[in-house]
Amino acid sequence: MATLEIRDLHVTVEADNATKEILKGVDLTVKQGETHAIMGPNGSGKSTLAYSLAGHPKYTITSGSVTLDGEDVLEMSVDERARAGLFLAMQYPVEVPGVSVSNFLRTSATAVRGEAPKLRTWVKEVKEAMERLNMDSSFAERNVNEGFSGGEKKRHEILQLELLKPKIAILDETDSGLDVDALRVVSEGVNRVRETGEVGTLLITHYTRILRYIKPDHVHVFANGRIAESGGAELADQLEAEGYDKYVKGGASA
Amino acid sequence: MAEAQNIPVGSTTAGQIAVAAESTVATRMSAPPSFDVADFPVPHGREEEWRFTPLERLRGLHDGTAVATGEGVKVAVEAPEGVTVEAVDRGDARIGKAGIPVDRVAAQAYSAFEKAGVVTVPKETVLTEPIRIAVHGEGGVAYGHQVVELGAFAEAVVVIDHTGDAVLAANVDYILGDGAKLTVVSVQDWDDKAVHVAQHNALIGRDASFKSVVVTFGGDLVRLHPRVTYAGPGGEAELLGLYFTDAGQHQEHRLLVDHNVPHCKSNVVYKGALQGDAAHAVWIGDVLIEAKAEGTDTYEMNRNLVLTDGARVDSVPNLEIETGEIVGAGHASATGRFDDEQLFYLMARGIPADEARRLVVRGFFAELVQQIGVDDIEERLLVKIDEELEATV
Repeated sequence: MATLEIRDLHVTVEADNATKEILKGVDLTVKQGETHAIMGPNGSGKSTLAYSLAGHPKYTITSGSVTLDGEDVLEMSVDERARAGLFLAMQYPVEVPGVSVSNFLRTSATAVRGEAPKLRTWVKEVKEAMERLNMDSSFAERNVNEGFSGGEKKRHEILQLELLKPKIAILDETDSGLDVDALRVVSEGVNRVRETGEVGTLLITHYTRILRYIKPDHVHVFANGRIAESGGAELADQLEAEGYDKYVKGGASA
Repeated sequence: MAEAQNIPVGSTTAGQIAVAAESTVATRMSAPPSFDVADFPVPHGREEEWRFTPLERLRGLHDGTAVATGEGVKVAVEAPEGVTVEAVDRGDARIGKAGIPVDRVAAQAYSAFEKAGVVTVPKETVLTEPIRIAVHGEGGVAYGHQVVELGAFAEAVVVIDHTGDAVLAANVDYILGDGAKLTVVSVQDWDDKAVHVAQHNALIGRDASFKSVVVTFGGDLVRLHPRVTYAGPGGEAELLGLYFTDAGQHQEHRLLVDHNVPHCKSNVVYKGALQGDAAHAVWIGDVLIEAKAEGTDTYEMNRNLVLTDGARVDSVPNLEIETGEIVGAGHASATGRFDDEQLFYLMARGIPADEARRLVVRGFFAELVQQIGVDDIEERLLVKIDEELEATV
């Protein structure tokens, strides 16, 4: 069973000619089949965790370790991480002019699967996955994320999640900017992938709203660059009622 | 591509639509068109038509110091049956019929060539195989002139291939009879040190259609000046261009479409990718709609994709309209950038960095390449684009 292990992860970022530590010792284990929600206020370092795991060059790992089934993730390049089974659904997916969605998906699937998918089954696979996400077939001919609405960008991310079948999926604020209908469609997509039991999910969110659709096994409160508290789904209810106040204050005085 | 969202440092993307009594296209030239090099002052580099060009890299083409060497350039013409291939003297009436030199180097080429090549496709002859003109640089200095003439209702594809190393100034005239159809592909696949300056003049007959595909990969400095005028109404010009500018290269394409008669069309699409330090691409797109050119339909577009830091693009579309009685006129210019975030996004989907770059550049050029319509050229271009990417990345 695939396991992502994060141990005492410290991450810095360069900003305004100064080095700032954003992650201050994160410990977390995500196993295949589990869903972990990471919740926290703005600026707590949630997205930094997501991008650091994916290998974004902006972030420097200063200490700690990340392994996927014992393999050192931090030694891998960004594309190697993806091929090893890590997937990051981004909060702000990037426009790639000149590259059609269909070309992008096929190139990506070829890279991740290690061989080009057979054309006939691939076309069917993509078509069905798009239909499930209420995406029009014309979508495939558009350029990646170019002119997409917020909802279209997120659906496109989840489409990739369904096609690439990672071992560990990190969803960075996939719920942000979505109306209720889009949120439902996107959540259903995530749930289809979870139900296979073959993916460990790290759901990063600011709001509890998405947790009505995607039920986490574990909830972690993220504050001041580390996990401040962990619990079951009931912890989300407590956050819904009380907000992040006590964690933010606690972080400030620590 | 998003309109000029990410303009790299050092690029300008300026445009203007002028409705003017006086043409800025004409007034910005330092001298009126002429066949005589003596009519042009030696440029100093601040003139409008020279300000983007590094004169010191012209190797003397602009100031008379570049003297032709015997075996500077070899030209081989391969033509199907029915096509006439000649070498003629300066006095031949067909030379210069399509256009007059507009700058000193073009006039220098006209004043200095020994024999001009003339390729003629007789009227109503429809060729099924391309005419191939191979221009191979042997390391010397050369001046040349080539005429391609199609009689009425003739149809032909001409491929002009530039390879090797040379310092070359050469003009090309395309003369299209009424109803003729000509596709010309000019490939600049020079070695790294080559210098190539040329004016391409097309004169499009009544109801004739002209398609020019300019592909520039190589050379130290390439400066091309494709120009179109119409001899009668109903003419169509499609000017496609593709360039891949590498570190240290200067590639300049200066276009003019002169809508001088009514009811003609023009469509200009040039796309370029740049990578490496001091890669410099210049695109000037002048379209002139004269007062008498009612019913004109024109569009011009330039797109640039900057792959690395240190590259520079100057893109200047310029549309002058002297009559409002037209079908359409438009222009667009945008310079986008393949940036680290795009690279990260593609790599985060398992795609290796070099393949990600290839994906973006192929995608960027694909639409244009598909419009060329000459299979072996299309394939060669895609291979070449991949090679260019592998060379530097």
